[in-house]
Amino acid sequence: MSPVVRRKGERFTLPSKYLLFILTCVCVVLMIVSLGTDLFNKPLNATVSYVVVPFQQGISKAGTWLANRSEELVQIRELLQENEALKEQIAELTVENTQLLQEKTELNRYRELYKLDMQYDSYTKVGAKIISRDAGNWYSTFIIDKGTDDGLLLDMNVIAGGGLVGRITSIGPNWAKVTSIIDDNSNVSAKTLATSDLMIVSGDLASMSEGVIRFSQLIDSQDAVAEADKVVTSHISDKYLPDILIGYIYSVEKDSNNLTKSGYLVPAVDFEHLEDVLVILERKETT
Amino acid sequence: MIRKLIVALLIWFSFLLQTTVFKGLSFAGIVPNLLIIVIASFGFMRGEEAGIWIGFFSGLLCDVFFGEVIGFYALIYMCIGFVNGKFNRIFYPEDIKLPIALITISDLSYGMICYILLFLLRGKFDFLFYFKNIIFPETVYTILITCLYYPMILFINERLEKREKRSSKKFGLVR
Repeated sequence: MSPVVRRKGERFTLPSKYLLFILTCVCVVLMIVSLGTDLFNKPLNATVSYVVVPFQQGISKAGTWLANRSEELVQIRELLQENEALKEQIAELTVENTQLLQEKTELNRYRELYKLDMQYDSYTKVGAKIISRDAGNWYSTFIIDKGTDDGLLLDMNVIAGGGLVGRITSIGPNWAKVTSIIDDNSNVSAKTLATSDLMIVSGDLASMSEGVIRFSQLIDSQDAVAEADKVVTSHISDKYLPDILIGYIYSVEKDSNNLTKSGYLVPAVDFEHLEDVLVILERKETT
Repeated sequence: MIRKLIVALLIWFSFLLQTTVFKGLSFAGIVPNLLIIVIASFGFMRGEEAGIWIGFFSGLLCDVFFGEVIGFYALIYMCIGFVNGKFNRIFYPEDIKLPIALITISDLSYGMICYILLFLLRGKFDFLFYFKNIIFPETVYTILITCLYYPMILFINERLEKREKRSSKKFGLVR
């Protein structure tokens, strides 16, 4: 007799091992399909943007408000002390400032002379708030509160505090998933600003807790790359815009093949306390 | 119908908590896995089928937001729900030891599976590091939260069961 039994007057029931088998097949098919195409992304992303994202926005707003209030209470005393110190500093700084202003006008003149085009400032950017983070502990992705409705698109670069945060890897009408450069899956093509030596910066869960990220495949035959050198995104990256600051070199060592070097760099962004980010409304493909 | 609605609400609520509130309350960046608590509890409280469905849908929710492919977490959570359902026969609501043990094992095996499939296969062999820094802390935190969260789930389930018994008596159906 077949195990799928149907007695009179009883509801049709499927033994759970068959149910498990069927749903496993469904999962495998889903995985295969979503690996190759993004067939499900649109409907699923749109659904969650109505069911989940508005609440995440609400909770995170309330959470930030509460955190700010409690912090305020703690900080009042500190602030009073700081205020004194700051007043002294203001006096010093005004003197310094006048000097710097003079130097700035000089600099501007030189810039015009050399026609230095600061590309970094010319990107149009839009601010966004982080409303939730990865559900597990394995990856460093987060959700921001803007999506296609605000003109964002897939693969747009995300920066904060002058440094690269990551890029948008999934998007819905009012939310977007940002995969950060410290994510274990992420690889960014980068170069040193001073010597233009190319390297690969890859996020690493193991070194994340120490506040550094790995880089590898640095070809530096002249031994010109040193600690504290600036590392920016390279011009050959196909997802990241060129010349965005990633971080500073922390340590360099020669690989066992004696050709390339690898090591660690300190990211320019404080990923632990990230709250607001800027999304650059320009993609590498279109430029 | 009401059961389905309430369970769906519970999954939704746990997911929201896990991604927002507990990210703020995290110790050393580690977040407890509330979804595992829900899936495992309904597995051993209601049987294999409930475990499978709840695991499947909560996994799908994770996939849409944070998965690389859709269906990966759904599959893992579903299997965890199914295995927990196997323990339905020796589950008594008064007993707290079995739920704690099952949730611990579920979360540990979830961590292991994630490590093996997502990290080991990409050549990251430093198992001890990942165990010490991710899997074990997550399990400990999850157990702590279980002590608060599990009684709530148990209470909801008992209320639902009482309700269902009443209505099935009314219609003369004895299951």
